[in-house]
Amino acid sequence: MTKRAILQLEALTCPSCMTKIEHAVAHQDGVEKVKVLFNASKVKAEFDDTKTSAQELADVVEKLGYSVDKVKEKELAKEA
Amino acid sequence: MKFQKFIQDHNTQITLITAILIVAGFFSKYFLGNVVGYDIILAIASVIAAVPIMMHAYQALKVKVVSIELLVSIAVIGAFIIGEYNESAIVTFLFLFGSYLEERTLAKTRQSIKSLTEMAPTTATIVQDDGTTEEVDVDDVDEGDIVLVKTGGSIPVDGKVIEGHGYTDESVVTGESREVGKQVKDDVFSGTMLSDGYLKIEATKVGDDTTFAKIIELVEDAQDTKSHAEKFIDRFSQYYTPAVLIIALLVFIFSRDFKLAITVLVLGCPGALVIGAPVSNVAGIGNGAKRGILVKGGEAMDTFSKIDTFVFDKTGTLTKGNTSVSAVKNYGGDLAKTFALTAKVESLSDHPLGRAIVDYADTKAYEFKNLAVEDNQTVKGQGMIAQIDNHEILAGNHKLMRAHEVKMTDQQIKDLDELQATGSSVVVIAVDGKVDLIVAISDIIRPEVAEQLQSLRDKGAKHLVMLTGDNKATADYVAQQVGIDEVHAELMPEQKVEFVKKFQQDGRNVAFVGDGINDSPSIATANIGIAMGSGTDVAIETSDVVLMQSSFEALVHAYGLAKKTVLNTKENITIAIGVVAFLLIGLIAGFIYMASGMFVHEASILVVIFNAMRLIRYGKAPQVAKPQQVTPAMK
Repeated sequence: MTKRAILQLEALTCPSCMTKIEHAVAHQDGVEKVKVLFNASKVKAEFDDTKTSAQELADVVEKLGYSVDKVKEKELAKEA
Repeated sequence: MKFQKFIQDHNTQITLITAILIVAGFFSKYFLGNVVGYDIILAIASVIAAVPIMMHAYQALKVKVVSIELLVSIAVIGAFIIGEYNESAIVTFLFLFGSYLEERTLAKTRQSIKSLTEMAPTTATIVQDDGTTEEVDVDDVDEGDIVLVKTGGSIPVDGKVIEGHGYTDESVVTGESREVGKQVKDDVFSGTMLSDGYLKIEATKVGDDTTFAKIIELVEDAQDTKSHAEKFIDRFSQYYTPAVLIIALLVFIFSRDFKLAITVLVLGCPGALVIGAPVSNVAGIGNGAKRGILVKGGEAMDTFSKIDTFVFDKTGTLTKGNTSVSAVKNYGGDLAKTFALTAKVESLSDHPLGRAIVDYADTKAYEFKNLAVEDNQTVKGQGMIAQIDNHEILAGNHKLMRAHEVKMTDQQIKDLDELQATGSSVVVIAVDGKVDLIVAISDIIRPEVAEQLQSLRDKGAKHLVMLTGDNKATADYVAQQVGIDEVHAELMPEQKVEFVKKFQQDGRNVAFVGDGINDSPSIATANIGIAMGSGTDVAIETSDVVLMQSSFEALVHAYGLAKKTVLNTKENITIAIGVVAFLLIGLIAGFIYMASGMFVHEASILVVIFNAMRLIRYGKAPQVAKPQQVTPAMK
C-alpha cells in the first residue's frame, strides 16, 4: 500500500543538498514520489510499504550526512 | 560515515581553525619573515578547510550533480599544485565562512514561518471515560476524544466546546490578535491559545487535518513553490555549473594559463543568483503568514504583483453582508396585516430583498406563513404580483405601480425618493390598488472600505469592479459609496466567470476577491483568486491567496507585499548579475584573482540575503488593533 513519509531534517542551507537528498531518496526501491522542501527542511515521500519504510528512508538521508529530527509515517487514503 | 558526521557537526570549528591558521601564516611571513613557515601553515589551513568542501562535492557527484563545491575543490587542488597556498587557504576559508553566515542569515528569513510552526501544540490532555486525565502526544489524539485545556494552554485539536468557557487568542489562524469568547457549542481551533478560562473540547479534527496544520503545510509548500523566474534560474544553474567546468578547461587549453583557468572556476560559482530570488519569496511569504495572509508561492506572488483589475463579489466583501429592513413607512393600513401579506409575497421569491423582508416579519412575529396564495407572478425588473387571501398585492418598484395604474401620493413619492437617495433598496407595496407600505432595505458597508480601495489604487490597481448577485439599486449605491469603477448586478455565478474571462480577453490581469466558497469558479478562472475571511478547506484549495481575516487592510497589505517582494527579487537578480559582470571585467582587466573573487562572491550572497530581510519588516507591525474609524457616508 502507498504510504507517505514526512521527515523533518536539520536546517538545510544549500540548494544543492536538496538535489542530493532528492536523488538519493528517489532511487530507493519502492519510492514513488519525493519532494524536498528546502525552506521547511522537510522531505515528503510517497512509498510502497511492502518495499521500504519511512525509517529506511530516514536512514538513507542520515547516510548522506544530514540528521533527521523526526520521522512521520501516514497512510495516504485514510478516508477509505 | 562517522567521520562525515563529525566534519558536518564541526563546520564552525573548522572554519575558526582555518581563520586562526591563516592569521598565523601571515604573522609568520610579515613579522617573522619566515616564508617557509607561511607556506606550510597555509597549506595545512587549506587541507583542513578543503575536507568538508570536498566531502560535499563527492556526495553530490555520487548522485550525478555537479555542485559549486566541486568547482571550488578543483580550484583548490589546482592552486595547491602550483603552490599558491595562500590563495587556496583564503578561498576555502571564505567559502566555509560564507556558508556559515548564509546559514545564519537564512535562518532569519525563515524565522517568521518557523515561529508559526512552533506554535503547534505537541501534547494534549485527554479526559478518559472514568474522568481521569492523561497527557499524550498530539499525534495520538483521535477524533471524538475529549481534551482538556486550561488557562495559558494551547488548544491541540479543532473541535467543539462541550464544557466550560473562556477566551482564546486566535491570531494564529486569523492573524487578528483579539480575545474571542468561547462557550459550550462554540468551535475552537488547534494552535490557538486559551488566554483565560477552562475548556473541555470534543475533537472533530486532529493532527494534520486541523486548520492550523493545513495553514502550516500551505505556507511550507508555498516557500518552495517557485516562480517561473526561479525555475528558469534552477535549470540554468543545473547546466551553468558544469558549463563553468568546461569553460575553465577551454581557457586552460587555449591560454595555457593554469592560474587563470582555476580562477575561472572560482568566479563561476553561481552563488547569489541561485539564492537571490528564493530568499526574497521566503521573506515575503513569511511576512504575510505572520499577518494571516497566505500567498501560495513565488508564482502567486509574481502574478499578484501584476494585477491591475480587482473584481469584488459584493456580498460579504464590500459590505457586512447582512441586508436588513432599515425603514418601514405605513400609510394608514393595519401594519401587521399589510406586512404579513408582503412577507408572504416575498417568501415566494428567493430575492435577497425578499429574504430581508421575511426575516423582519419573523422578528416582529407577523403571522404570514398560513396565508393562502391563490396566484402569483414575477414581473422582471419590476417586482411581484400575487393574489393572497382575496387581496391583490403588488410588491415592487415605482414602475410596477405605474404599470398597474396605482397612484402614489406626493408624500409617498417624496418618501420613496428620500429612501432611495440613502442607497436603500425600496419596495413599494400596494394592496388592492392602494399603496399601503414602503419598505427600505439596506446593506451595511464596511466602514474602512472606501479608504482601503483608494490605497489599492495608490499601489497600482487601475480598475475596480463589482460583480454581484444582488439587485442593481443596492449594487450601484454601494459602488458609488466606496468608489468602484464598474458594477454588474443581478448575476449568476457562471455570469461572473464570463465577466472575469472578458476582462482577461481585454488584456487585464484580474484578481477575484470573494469568500472562497460560493464563487470558486470565478476564483479559479481569475489570474489570482483571493479568498477573504475564511480558512476553510475549499478556500485554501481553490485560491492563490487566502486572507484569514475578513479585512480590506489585509488585502491592501497583501497587494503591497506582492509588489515589494517581486521588486526585491528583481533587485537581487540584478545584484547577482552585476556581480558576475564585475568579476568578469575584473578578471579580464587583471585585478581579480581567486581569493578576491571568492570574497566578492560571498559578500554578494550576504547582500542579497540582507536585501531580502528588509521584506520581513514591510508594513505596519502586525496585530495592532486599529481603532475603528467611521467614514462619513458621502464624500
